[in-house]
Amino acid sequence: MGIFDTFRKGLQKTRDFVADGINRIAANMGFFDEDMLDDLEMLLVQADVGAACSIHLMSKVRQEIKATGDASRKNVISTLHREMLDVLGQAKPLAFEKGQLNILLMVGVNGTGKTTTAGKICARYRKQGFRILLGAADTFRAAAIEQLTHWGDRTDTPVIAHQEGSDPAAVVFDAIAAAKSRGVDLLILDTAGRLHNKANLMNELGKIRRIIQREAAAAKVETLLVIDATTGQNAVTQAKVFTEVAEVTSLAITKLDGNAKGGVALAVAHETHTPIALAGLGEKLDDLMDFDPQAFVESLLPIHQA
Amino acid sequence: MALFEGLSAKLQDITAKMRGKSRVTEQDIKEMMREIRLALLEADVNFTVVKELVAEISEKSKGVEVMESLTPGQQVVKIVHESLVDILGQTNSKLLVSPSGFTVIMLYGLQGAGKTTTAAKMALMLKKKGKKPMLTSVDVHRPAAARQLEILANSVDIPCYIQPEEKDAVKIARQAVDRARYLLCDTLIVDTAGRMTIDTEMMAELKAIGKVVNPTEKLLIVDAMIGQEAVNVALGFDKEIGLDGFIMTKLDGDARGGAALSIRKITGKPIKLICVGEKIDAIEEYYPDRMASRILGMGDVLSLIEKATANLDEKKAAEAFDKLKKNQFTLEDMLSQFEEVKKMGSIKDVLSMLPGMGNKAIPDEHIDEKAIDRSAAIIRSMTKKERHNPGILNASRRKRIAAGSGTTVQEVNRLIKQFEETQKMMKQFSGMMKGKGRMPNLGFGKRGFPF
Repeated sequence: MGIFDTFRKGLQKTRDFVADGINRIAANMGFFDEDMLDDLEMLLVQADVGAACSIHLMSKVRQEIKATGDASRKNVISTLHREMLDVLGQAKPLAFEKGQLNILLMVGVNGTGKTTTAGKICARYRKQGFRILLGAADTFRAAAIEQLTHWGDRTDTPVIAHQEGSDPAAVVFDAIAAAKSRGVDLLILDTAGRLHNKANLMNELGKIRRIIQREAAAAKVETLLVIDATTGQNAVTQAKVFTEVAEVTSLAITKLDGNAKGGVALAVAHETHTPIALAGLGEKLDDLMDFDPQAFVESLLPIHQA
Repeated sequence: MALFEGLSAKLQDITAKMRGKSRVTEQDIKEMMREIRLALLEADVNFTVVKELVAEISEKSKGVEVMESLTPGQQVVKIVHESLVDILGQTNSKLLVSPSGFTVIMLYGLQGAGKTTTAAKMALMLKKKGKKPMLTSVDVHRPAAARQLEILANSVDIPCYIQPEEKDAVKIARQAVDRARYLLCDTLIVDTAGRMTIDTEMMAELKAIGKVVNPTEKLLIVDAMIGQEAVNVALGFDKEIGLDGFIMTKLDGDARGGAALSIRKITGKPIKLICVGEKIDAIEEYYPDRMASRILGMGDVLSLIEKATANLDEKKAAEAFDKLKKNQFTLEDMLSQFEEVKKMGSIKDVLSMLPGMGNKAIPDEHIDEKAIDRSAAIIRSMTKKERHNPGILNASRRKRIAAGSGTTVQEVNRLIKQFEETQKMMKQFSGMMKGKGRMPNLGFGKRGFPF
């Protein structure tokens, strides 16, 4: 299945929701009046796009109508389409290259799917022939190490782990040393879920980040913030705070195929400008895809609907 | 999130413009309703719920007489708050107990909501209440999920039945019931795998497990950070399973938790417990009024006003004011003021009630709860004469006071300086206003504040 199809399938529900909404708002009408634009704005909010981003998108639509005098359904939808793409920016997938040490640090609040995503990323790069090492730096959650080890077994990847309750920074230190001596291409570090308002836990993450900086200065480091698509507007705060503390370079939005409407991707992109690298569109290994803004927006708001 | 800082701040802005008006106009209401709508949406309250709620609030706010002590904005905040508490509250939220003497609690939820951790927390809570709980995991999907539950159970010495190799969740459930009865446990907590409501196969599995364990209490675990989908998730599970209530998790985060409002309003089912931390005892009872304040991001302004008025001793305050006017404010008076402040509760409590502070939670290390205590101790270590005439406090006296109060000379010096500045400030103040007017901001002005 191609990228577009996977996005389309994963976001089917959201697309139906948006289509129904637009049909309800502009039933049998060829144009949008002011009330209908308000309703459209609220439709975006209902898809978790958030008030700030929804207001931004609709102000662009209103500007367009004012400038062109064209309030046709076609123009409104295609303007919205264009502005959503503008918010999401260019596609920027993870770019690891073999033959050098790459480090992927997984961070996020509790329960977003860090370990699962780490496992899936591992499987993906194994397929591409990368030599990989997994580092179990979630030493807090019960059985987190076992969960990661399971993924290691499944993908035939060695795992560096300490005891539960040990210092995660020490695991990171050891994992980097092992990665260097074994000459691996990619070290994936799974960390414990932490709420971004817990100063101590965030400091711990800062420390991990500094150890990576010091011990693997030559490595290409990506810090991936994993965000659950079911999350509401708190995702924006998560992105901001994690970026500040752990220098997040990319986002992964998981569970997009689930109950979520997925609008949070827009909310986060609007507020942070950190690129979304990955999208979790299903439970299968291959359902973790590179995030494609074009495919995402087209799956959300098909232009032919105009 | 500067744009949507908190509802009360916004409403205060609006009401600042209408200060002095005795009635709220239609236009004011409209403006405020817009802010309320945005605030609720930013708090992830479901859109449909917001719409209904704002219509109700708007109706209630029209033509409200402004109470003597409150500004119109606060009056509206109060209406909003009351409406929220109304929806969030009432219904008995006690956990159900089976009359048969064997209670089965089954936990459901999306992936990553916190079911496993909550299961262990509930078991410990019940154990502390004298129950004999057993835990079981029927999660055959997530790797090491059962092990996670077992480790948590072991850490608090609660029996736990798992079958990590078994792929049939129904079979595990059946065996778990047998085991629990064999161990003479009175409560079995069943932790299920996370699932989406749109996954029909997984929802069917839940029903099959339910038939075997016959749950007394069917609870949905809801992540406080969940967005607009909260309602569909709650309705989805309720339709398939028939929920008895909810548990909100991760409330130690800074999400507003609007989902609580949505699911209460749409399902009418009670919220039974809340989870507020990663530690295994971080589970608490649920209070509707606190949840309302949290959703509004307003801090508990009303409680603060009430607390302040209920606790301040008017007579004492008037006396102090009188002394100030006559320029007789002494350390003794400062001490009694410290005591008044202490009556309002811990500094952290008081700060958390201030608008804009609520959810941001000042890091503990920045709050010195003992500062007032230490200042009071310093004054108490002085003689009567010293308290009335701080001029006599020479180095040796200060040393004695520091030793007596368990502080340092520097701290004593700082307090005396504070006192002198307050006195100086008050002198100017009393010159300015000859007798008339309201209570001045006694010792707690900018410079006088002891912490």
